[in-house]
Amino acid sequence: MQNNKRVLKGTHFEMGNWACTEGAIAAGCNFAAGYPITPASEVANRLADRLPQVGGTFLQTEDEISAICSAIGASWAGCKAMTVTSGPGISLMQENIGFGVSTETPLVIVDVQRFGPSTGVPSVGLAGDIVQVARGSHGDYQIIALCPESPQEMFDLTIRAFNLAETYRVPVFLMADGFIGHMREQIVIPEADQIEIKQRKIAEPAESVLDRQDFLDVNVAPMPVFGRGLKAHVTSSCHDEHGMRNLSDPAVMHRYAIRPIEKICTHRDDIIQVQADCADAQIALVTYGTVSRSARAAARLARKEGLKIGTLRLLTCWPFPDKEIRQVAEQVDDMLVLENNMGQLYPYIKAEAAHACHVSFLGPQTLGQIHDPEFIFSHIKELIA
Amino acid sequence: MSTSTHPLKKYTRSHIMRTTTCPGCGIGTVSQAILRAIDELELDMDDFVFVSGIGCSAWIPSPFYNADTLHTTHGRPIAYATGVKLGLPDKHVMVVSGDGDLTAIGGNHLIHAARRNIDLTVVLVNNGIYAMTGGQTAPTTPRGLTTITSPHGTLEHTFDISPMIAAAGASFVARWTTYHPRQMTRSIKKGIQKKGFALIEAVSQCPVQYGRASNLGDAVSMLTYFKDNSVRISKTQKMDAAELQSKIVVGEFVDTEKAELTTELAQVKNKLRASP
Repeated sequence: MQNNKRVLKGTHFEMGNWACTEGAIAAGCNFAAGYPITPASEVANRLADRLPQVGGTFLQTEDEISAICSAIGASWAGCKAMTVTSGPGISLMQENIGFGVSTETPLVIVDVQRFGPSTGVPSVGLAGDIVQVARGSHGDYQIIALCPESPQEMFDLTIRAFNLAETYRVPVFLMADGFIGHMREQIVIPEADQIEIKQRKIAEPAESVLDRQDFLDVNVAPMPVFGRGLKAHVTSSCHDEHGMRNLSDPAVMHRYAIRPIEKICTHRDDIIQVQADCADAQIALVTYGTVSRSARAAARLARKEGLKIGTLRLLTCWPFPDKEIRQVAEQVDDMLVLENNMGQLYPYIKAEAAHACHVSFLGPQTLGQIHDPEFIFSHIKELIA
Repeated sequence: MSTSTHPLKKYTRSHIMRTTTCPGCGIGTVSQAILRAIDELELDMDDFVFVSGIGCSAWIPSPFYNADTLHTTHGRPIAYATGVKLGLPDKHVMVVSGDGDLTAIGGNHLIHAARRNIDLTVVLVNNGIYAMTGGQTAPTTPRGLTTITSPHGTLEHTFDISPMIAAAGASFVARWTTYHPRQMTRSIKKGIQKKGFALIEAVSQCPVQYGRASNLGDAVSMLTYFKDNSVRISKTQKMDAAELQSKIVVGEFVDTEKAELTTELAQVKNKLRASP
């Protein structure tokens, strides 16, 4: 259906993938590239329909490598750009995600995760990429990854992903999965003027790039966007503050690698969001993404029986919420980490919490199925006994 | 004492004083052909975005050209350039890279960009070998040639790039050697002006790697080889396959007008904007 509006104000009953698309367009996305893949295709399908209606461009590429590269190219051309895929696509994109990190490119990558390894089970959700999005490209870097738990959050956090990408000039992941991507639920879209939208800072003209800092500023260098006579020099090879390649000076190599990391770490308090509901809890259920819904239901069941069970939900998985996990660990006796995988984030959580409380892991009763709240509850009772 | 300045120096970043190319390399000839084409068309460097990949020829625009330059990962410059062009449809977006970058690791992007007929100008420098990494065999290496990764001779057949990209749907395809800098400049001018996908295959000498592998020797003898073995496309109709076997067919393979992607996209958007 034809609709030239960027913000579809109202109450909708739609899939998470629909909400993600509308969040992107509401955030000002005007370029998307993608390659068909289950369970993410609905995002690309709707972007292909919606983007031209609001003056944007959708490109179906020959593969996921081309999708991430053209999205980065479009971002340098001044667009708010995104791509969307699932695990196999992320694996293909990894080298060029590193390019986005190295060149400080604002970009949103939506990962509607699926059951792996390899081609696995396309239509079944699994939090299979939660570590590969932070550690999968070669070299040392930090990334931002947000974890929605509902179709509503696929709208809200997609907007936040674009805002963080623009604010910090970085690639940002939205880590959905096949469950919430395909789940239909109520989605409330506010008035356009109620949605906060961030825009990147843009560099000023200079005689030469040597007179300007285009890269490696912990407080985010204005971006020398193409097409404005700024004569930007952009390379993913080791470069200095001006973007000029330098493969011989160890001091430049050091700055090239650590400044983009420091940029994210310095601003971690602004980036990291968690939801802690464990004021008087003895046991905290630590989750992110879809499984958070089961954790809340299990905590409710337990509280009905008088057990002091709380929840800690990571809305931001990367940069890692180390401080927030430590704070909760120091309040509780037990932390039970619930992930819809074999425990990918568990070692990271344990490293922050094990000094203060007992930490254990619980995967779903059957891998690839959402945790049954009763199953979690019976495990809690065993833990207490 | 008066100083003289190269007439194309105005197009390069003033603080870049040296090149990374070996003595006798053909890249300087190709680079001058590009800048002379821009000069003769009286275009400004701010009208362009240059995108390159990995390999010797990817260093033609970056860091030298005083313009927006994007130096990308191996094989992907056309994919990056596609996004740049879709974001800045009014700019000339030029890809400059080598045969290994654009036809081996990046071959899929090359044929699909030609199929889309997106308005890019691709200058593909074909030296028939992986030069920067030390002389390994490439999809463009002549069959039989001994290289460090084909010590018993290259067993595989050779990509004939220009006809392949013509078949994939490009609007403009030309091939010249570094022995033909004037013709190459004219074709680059046509490629820039063409609203559609344009490929200029620049067969270029690499005396250090290819010259050693082929025993063709130094730059002058390689250029002499190009001169003696180049055949105009118009003359090939009367030649049989055996005669053409070791020849370099030069000239314009395609020069046509057809629907171009960014123009079509703009029309779709205008139509959607006008409809209620």
